[in-house]
Amino acid sequence: MTTGSLALAASPPHGSRRRGFVERTALPGFGLTFGFTLAWLCLIVLIPLSAVFIRTAGMGWSEFVAVALSERALSAYKVSFGTAFAAACVNGIFGLLIAWVLVRHDFAGKRIVSALVDLPFALPTAVAGIALTALYAGNGWLGQFLVPLGIDVAFTPLGIVVALIFIGLPFVVRSVEPVLADIGPEIEEAAQSLGASRLQTMRRVILPAILPAWLTGFAMALARGVGEYGSVIFIAGNMPFRSEIAPLLIVTQLEQYDYAGATAIAAVMLVISFALLLLINLLQAWARSRSID
Amino acid sequence: MRIATICLALLAAPALPGCSDGRSAGEVELLNVSYDPTRELYRDVNAAFARQWQSKTGQAVRFNMSHGGSGKQSRAVLDGLDADVATLALAYDIDAISQRRPEVLPAGWQARLPNNSAPYTSTVVFLVRKGNPKGIRDWGDLVRPGVQVVTPNPKTSGGARWNFLAAWGHGLKSGGSEAAARSFVARLYRNVPVLDTGARGSTTTFAERGIGDVLIAWENEAFLAQRELGAGKFEMVTPSLSILAEPPVALLEGNAKRRGTARVAEAYLRFLYTPEAQEIIARHHYRPRDPAVAAKHSGTFPQVAMLQIDKDFGGWGSAQKKYFDDGGIFDSIYSGIRRR
Repeated sequence: MTTGSLALAASPPHGSRRRGFVERTALPGFGLTFGFTLAWLCLIVLIPLSAVFIRTAGMGWSEFVAVALSERALSAYKVSFGTAFAAACVNGIFGLLIAWVLVRHDFAGKRIVSALVDLPFALPTAVAGIALTALYAGNGWLGQFLVPLGIDVAFTPLGIVVALIFIGLPFVVRSVEPVLADIGPEIEEAAQSLGASRLQTMRRVILPAILPAWLTGFAMALARGVGEYGSVIFIAGNMPFRSEIAPLLIVTQLEQYDYAGATAIAAVMLVISFALLLLINLLQAWARSRSID
Repeated sequence: MRIATICLALLAAPALPGCSDGRSAGEVELLNVSYDPTRELYRDVNAAFARQWQSKTGQAVRFNMSHGGSGKQSRAVLDGLDADVATLALAYDIDAISQRRPEVLPAGWQARLPNNSAPYTSTVVFLVRKGNPKGIRDWGDLVRPGVQVVTPNPKTSGGARWNFLAAWGHGLKSGGSEAAARSFVARLYRNVPVLDTGARGSTTTFAERGIGDVLIAWENEAFLAQRELGAGKFEMVTPSLSILAEPPVALLEGNAKRRGTARVAEAYLRFLYTPEAQEIIARHHYRPRDPAVAAKHSGTFPQVAMLQIDKDFGGWGSAQKKYFDDGGIFDSIYSGIRRR
């Protein structure tokens, strides 16, 4: 899923003129490398994913509806995609802020801060889930202050969002950072010397330039959040219709030795995820064409 | 799931070279696929058996243990994990192996060893906070408003299915009808704030996160929580009616024969019924089968009336279908709770 958005993000920014299947270039070896690309994608992405659909196809339509589109499953999709979207939005805002600070300012301990950003990548997600639950439960460091205020984080959908913010943090920061660094302060200075206010510089110069990269980061954080199981399971409380995520329903199906049911739910999630990522990629293309005009 | 299987396969991989020299050389390897809370138990049992086997035959036994949720372990065997014996939480999970891979485990496995192939039993008890502030004595107290009950999700946890059935049995006995049982269990689950995916998860939620007034747990897990998670912080309450949990063991014949380990694996499972192993079992807070050992430890394990899965619920196959499968009673309870 993320491979797709990365590939699009890395493709040349403005529509290069090509006739037929491939643009002529002086660079040799297209056939070989493209062959490898296709074979690799098939092996790593397409074959496992098609197995999901083949297994699902083994069940009848009514069976499929009963498992994958049941009331319980629908509310689980809502929880999964809703919390992932909320977390990706929060990460979009604060990730941008962190990227800005890391690129535009020099301060003591910058390398340490930068390393901290990557930590959620390295940590086993179950550890993150257990740590966050311990922190936010009624007897935890933060929970003891929040719960009396009526803010329940652990064992609610809000807890899921918190866990997903944690694991999705690096995506936006790391995708926006190089683009911001690339723009350089000169462009801002140029805009200001031409009479743009600070707000105008931000709105008309910086944001359009980083928007495609920002969307990539957002998409990756969203995709990661939708599929996340390890950390969420500890903090969610897993109450049906309230804080039960779709990946848990898949595990539940497996627990009943119902492999087809599990793949049916997985197939629905795949289709929604793919549609979302496609939409974000289209947005990206649109943003890119605007930033060039 | 796949990844888990691969990990397990990797775990098992070191056992493979053992099959060629299994009988000739002085060492044999066994892979025991077990469920979560038996880590400590089998560590001690394995050491005792290895000693005994070595002195009897001169052959050293090396054990590889794999622990995990009971259903997960069963699926690993289904997916081809080359285990010699399965020691799981429910007969249902071993049935699944024999139904789908009869070449590994022929039907009728449960009659091959004494006592339904369950060398020890356990039951379901309550763990409450010190001083029992909510005054919880029996099942009826769990449905009182304001009492929070912690139990895992029966859809994903074998232990939780025992809890559910015990509660159902109480509802049936006190109410006299299926409808009464259903309403009792529905009221109980309305008091459950968190549904963890496994028994250990629920113990953590109750003991470490401070959630809930009462934890419904395996007896051995309750003993363990009392000892490991703070002596004097919890009290155990035995309800008037509970359920006889019989975690079974089975020799995975197809695998063991191919690996040339059938004889030692069979002896290993039979060893579980000897007084020596039964003593270890009792020390780990599982109820021993051997009458002499049981009498010795009768002070630890209170007498309690117990439902039986085969007699009272028609066996795991039908219980699973009626209560826990999709659209079963557990699901309908949650749809009901939601609509309120």
